[in-house]
Amino acid sequence: MEYQDIELLRFTTAGSVDDGKSTLIGRLLYDSKSIFQDQLDAVEESSKSKGFDYVDLSLLTDGLKSEREQGITIDVAYRYFATPKRKFIIADTPGHIQYTRNMVTGASTANLAIILIDARKGMLEQTHRHAFIASLLRIPHAIVCVNKMDLVEYNEDVYNGIVSDFKAFSSKLGISDIQFIPISALNGDNVVNRSEHMDWYGGSTLMYHLETVHISSDHNLVDCRFPIQSVIRPHTLENQDYRGFAGRIDGGVFKPGDKVKSLPSGFVSTIKTIELNGEQIAEAFAPMSVTMTLEDEIDNSRGDMIVRENNVPEISQDIEVLVTWMSTKPIQARTKVVIKHTTNESIGMVKELKYKIDINTLHRIEGIDKVEMNDIARMSIRTAKPLFYDAYKKNRQTGSVIIIDEQTNETIGAGMII
Amino acid sequence: MSNYVINHLKELESEAIFVIREIAAQFENPVLLFSGGKDSILLTHLAKKAFFPAKIPFPLIHIDTGHNFPETIAFRDELVEKLGVKLIVGSVQEAIDKGRAKEETGADASRNSLQIVSLLDTLEEYKVDAAMGGARRDEEKARAKERFFSHRDEFGQWDPKNQRPELWNLFNGRKNYGEHFRVFPISNWTEMDVWEYIKLENIDLPSLYYTHQRDCVVRDGVILANSEFIKLKENEAVVNMTIRYRTCGDMPITGAVESEADTLDKIIEEIATTRTTERGGRADDKRAETAMEDRKKQGYF
Repeated sequence: MEYQDIELLRFTTAGSVDDGKSTLIGRLLYDSKSIFQDQLDAVEESSKSKGFDYVDLSLLTDGLKSEREQGITIDVAYRYFATPKRKFIIADTPGHIQYTRNMVTGASTANLAIILIDARKGMLEQTHRHAFIASLLRIPHAIVCVNKMDLVEYNEDVYNGIVSDFKAFSSKLGISDIQFIPISALNGDNVVNRSEHMDWYGGSTLMYHLETVHISSDHNLVDCRFPIQSVIRPHTLENQDYRGFAGRIDGGVFKPGDKVKSLPSGFVSTIKTIELNGEQIAEAFAPMSVTMTLEDEIDNSRGDMIVRENNVPEISQDIEVLVTWMSTKPIQARTKVVIKHTTNESIGMVKELKYKIDINTLHRIEGIDKVEMNDIARMSIRTAKPLFYDAYKKNRQTGSVIIIDEQTNETIGAGMII
Repeated sequence: MSNYVINHLKELESEAIFVIREIAAQFENPVLLFSGGKDSILLTHLAKKAFFPAKIPFPLIHIDTGHNFPETIAFRDELVEKLGVKLIVGSVQEAIDKGRAKEETGADASRNSLQIVSLLDTLEEYKVDAAMGGARRDEEKARAKERFFSHRDEFGQWDPKNQRPELWNLFNGRKNYGEHFRVFPISNWTEMDVWEYIKLENIDLPSLYYTHQRDCVVRDGVILANSEFIKLKENEAVVNMTIRYRTCGDMPITGAVESEADTLDKIIEEIATTRTTERGGRADDKRAETAMEDRKKQGYF
C-alpha cells in the first residue's frame, strides 16, 4: 500500500445540463473503482424506479432532494477518488448562467479545469463562459473534453473543427496549458481506458492527463508571504516566553535564519524556528501550516504578515478588483462593505464601478450604475486600513478578497486584485 | 522536500489545521464535538498540533446518548486527561427525563435523532458560536455539498439552498446574534485518508476499531452488538462473531463488519478492497433516501 507519497489534484468540471458532466464524473469514479457497492445499488434502484434502461451514473453526483426532483445540480458538490498515482478532489459545479457564482467558487481552489463540449453542438455561449471563468480564476491547467463522440460516429473532422474553434477563442484568454481529448463519457472512450473507435487520436486518456499533469509549480515559490492567523502563547511554566506565530504559508520558501520583515510595523528580525507540534521544519512553503518563532520580540497579531525584507507586497488602502457578484441584491457605488483578505479584515467602501464584462463576447460594458448577481465587474474599493497584497495573477491567495454585506454578514462578492 | 511539494496527507493536514486555527481566531466560544469515533479523535489530534505547545484552547462536547459503547467512554476520559482539555457532556437521558425529548418505541427504537435536542440545548447553554465536527464530504450525499463553515440559523437549522459561497481559503464566520456555525475541518478527507493518517501519526484508537469477539445480532443484514439497549425480535439469535467497527455511533445502530484485521496495515488493506461505504451499516441512514439531509436540516451533526 504505497498510497502515502501521492499528490493531491483539485479540479473543477464545468458543463451544462446536457453535456454529460455528471455522467463523466460517474464514469471516472466507476472506472477507477471508487464507487462502493451500496452506492451503486442505490443508483441502480433509482434508475429502475425512474424507468431507465441503463444505470444512470449521473445519479451518483446529484446529492440534494431538490436537485433530484428537478434533475439538475444546483450547488457545488465535492467528490473524491484516488488512483495509485494521485488523489483527486472534484468540485462539481453546474454550468448554467445563473450558477456563475458556483463555478467561480469551485474554480477558486482548483489546479485544473475540465471543460466539456457536446460534439454535436460544438462551442456554445456557455463554453465561452466556462473558459473565461477558468482564465479569470487563473486555473493553471485546462482540459477540453469533446464529449458524445459516439453520437458523431467518432468523426475526426468534427473533433478537429471544435478544437480549432476553441483555440481561436481561447487565444484571447491566456490559459497557459490546454489539452484536448475526444471522449464518450457514456461508453467510457478515452476516459480511463483508451478508445477502440478513435485510432486517429494519438493523445492520452483523460485519466492519464489527470494523473501526470505537472502541478508542483502551481504555487508561488518566489515571493515569501506568511499571513499570521494567531499568536500562540502557552502560559505554562516551561514555555513562559514562547511566542509562536501560527499561519499558513501563502508564497515563497521560508527557512530558519532568514531575515524577515513584519507588516505593518516594518520591524525586521530573523526566523528562529519553523515548527509544527514541536517538530522542526527546515523549509516551509505553500500550502504548509506552520508555527514560526522569531529571534526578537515583535508584537505581531492576527492580520499581520511576515515577508522577506527585500521583497514586500503592495501596501495600500486602495485596491482595483475584478469582482464576481454573488448576491441577489445588486451593489452600487458608495456602498459600505466588509473586506476579508488573507487573515485580515477591514471595513471598506466600493468607490467606483468601472465596467462589466460580457462573458460571452469578453466586451466591456462601460457606464454602469449597478452590479448584479453573476455579473463580473471591475470596481475600486477603499479600505479603512491598509492591505498587504499581490496581484491575483502573481499569487491567488494574497491576491484575492471576499466582500461581505455589513448587515446580513453574507458573502456577496469574490474579488481578484488587479 | 527539495522539489517543494507535499504529499496529499500533509496537504489535508495543513488545510485542516488552517481551518481549526480560523475557528479559534474568529469565534468567541468554539467547541469540538467529540463523538468518540475515529474522525473526532483525528480532529482532536489535529487541534493539538494546531496550537502546540499551548493546550487546545476550546472544550470538547460529547453528547452522551446513554447507549454508547463503554470502550468509547473510557477512551474519551483518558484522552481528555492526557490533553488537559475541558470536557462538557450533554446527556440525552437528561433531556428525556426533563421531557425535552421523547424516547422512540419498538424494536428498532434508537436515540440517534434524540441527540439533536441535547446537542442544541448544550450549545445554547454554553453559548457556543462555533461547533466543529469530524464530518467528511465523502460520507454521505447530503454532506458532499456541505461547506467548511456551515451557517446555522437561530433555530440551529441548515439551509442547503442558501449556503454561503466559500472561495479560496477565505472563511466567512461573521454572524448575527443567536446564529451559530458548524465547522468541518476534515471535509476533504476520505475514509482512506483518515486511516492512512492515523497510521502515519500513530494515533491511538478505541479497541472497537480492531478485531475482537463479540455477541452479536444480525438484523436486516446489519451486524449489531448485543446489549441491554437492543430488544431481540422473533427469529433473532445471539451469535458470537469476530468483528470490528468502521464507524462508531450508538450500540443499537452501529453495524460491525466481520474482520480479523488487528493492525492498521490490515485495516487499510481491508478498506482498499471493501465494496461498501462505511455508513452502509448505519441503520440511521437507511430510514429514507434523504435521511441524512432531513436530519441535517433540523440541526444534526
